[in-house]
Amino acid sequence: MNDSPADYRITVNGDELRVSPGTSVAAAVALAGFAGFRRSVAGAPRGPLCGMGICFECRVELDGRAGVRSCMATCHDGMIVRTADA
Amino acid sequence: MREFSADIVVVGAGPAGVAAGCAAAECGKRVVLLDENPTPGGQIWRQGRYPKPPPAARPWIERLRASGAEVHAGVAVVEASGPHELFARDREGTVRYRAGATVLATGARELFLPFPGWTLPGVLGAGGLQALAKAGWPVAGKRVVVAGSGPLLLAVAAYLLRSGARVVALVEQASRRALAAAAPAMVRHPAKLRQALALGWSLRRVAKMHSSWPLRAEGTEAVEALVVRTPAGERRLSCDLVACGFGLVPETMLASLLGAELVDSAVRVACDQETSVAGLYAAGELTGVGGVELALAEGLVAGNAAARNQAAARRLESARDKEATFASVLERVFTLRPELTALADADTVVCRCEDVSWAEVRDFADARDAKLKTRCGMGLCQGRVCGPALRLMNGWGPDRVRPPLFPIPTAALAEIGAAQSTQVQP
Repeated sequence: MNDSPADYRITVNGDELRVSPGTSVAAAVALAGFAGFRRSVAGAPRGPLCGMGICFECRVELDGRAGVRSCMATCHDGMIVRTADA
Repeated sequence: MREFSADIVVVGAGPAGVAAGCAAAECGKRVVLLDENPTPGGQIWRQGRYPKPPPAARPWIERLRASGAEVHAGVAVVEASGPHELFARDREGTVRYRAGATVLATGARELFLPFPGWTLPGVLGAGGLQALAKAGWPVAGKRVVVAGSGPLLLAVAAYLLRSGARVVALVEQASRRALAAAAPAMVRHPAKLRQALALGWSLRRVAKMHSSWPLRAEGTEAVEALVVRTPAGERRLSCDLVACGFGLVPETMLASLLGAELVDSAVRVACDQETSVAGLYAAGELTGVGGVELALAEGLVAGNAAARNQAAARRLESARDKEATFASVLERVFTLRPELTALADADTVVCRCEDVSWAEVRDFADARDAKLKTRCGMGLCQGRVCGPALRLMNGWGPDRVRPPLFPIPTAALAEIGAAQSTQVQP
């Protein structure tokens, strides 16, 4: 991805990265290099499955709000994302 | 609670909903389309990071704009008293929609079948990975195995290739012979034939495995390989991602909540797309999976019928019926083999929300009983993932649908309950 002035600066698990507008939060977590988004009831790593908001496997903490479906949320400038393994 | 009234409310702004919205608004009706996503188009016309619909969608999105139909995006219907009163949630809170008639165009979701390792990060739905990639998920340079069944796999593999992914293999459970059986129907639908040939050409360098299916995914923190069963024995395919789907299942939860009858897991509709509930219409994949052209044709019929323009609805029925015959051919070609519903081991998780294993639920006679005793299907997805799989694996009937259709705050639930108890049905 080419950095452009229009890119947003965001933070995923403490790492800063730049994403282009329109990038989903799920994509941003993957771009930051994290495969596991949440831990299951039994503690297993989980990541997105359906990509359309029905499976709830891609839940992350977004700007302090827990349990946000990252596939349904779009990145904004200054956004702070935390996954279960942060 | 905010309120909106319309002659016709359309739930779902994919192809069927857009077509229904256009048709009804062009009859002079006040129409509102609701969709959970930020832009109309649904899954198939999903707009990527750059808000520009794909070429096939553009005339329809334009027509919708010109029709005067309103689109309410980011709205999820969570409860309904009947076709004249729906309750939804958006970013700001709860909204009540009053409607003269309602058209459901809720589409379909992917069918996932559990196999060992399917819960590893990196094992995604085929349509799921495509949707994520359109919103910036990195696939360039990644090794992807596309596996499962159905025409969607071809479209996804082609999309991934265009996006710079290395498609390691395309693994289809149907046999070459079964696929060849679709040829005569293809010839009768030249547009479909052209589409299939174009896909075939773009995938000419991809390894294709027929009569083959996933046995297990391997990895610790994320998927590292998919082991597939092929006619020549087991093969281990190293990969970074697995895009896996076994076809589509009609999204009937709202229809069921409204009391519409189902047949074979799809909403039963009359010639004019009206469901068993008066004033409630359905169009698109929820009435039976059949693809975008059928969804558009059904949407036009439903929109006209809901607007009481019966003559126009009737004229459009034959175009719809032609599309429907093709859909039934595809359904036969991609019929799932029984081995696919027996891939789970005793300790394979079937309910991902609550981590319930196959061994825990396989002896239950129905979904309700299993839910009460094991929490299977009780998580946030409300059985949307495990439900269809377990219907096939265990022969369970559909579980009863209860509101809210998506998790909402308790206060919102109470607010809706209070509003509903005072309402008078028109």
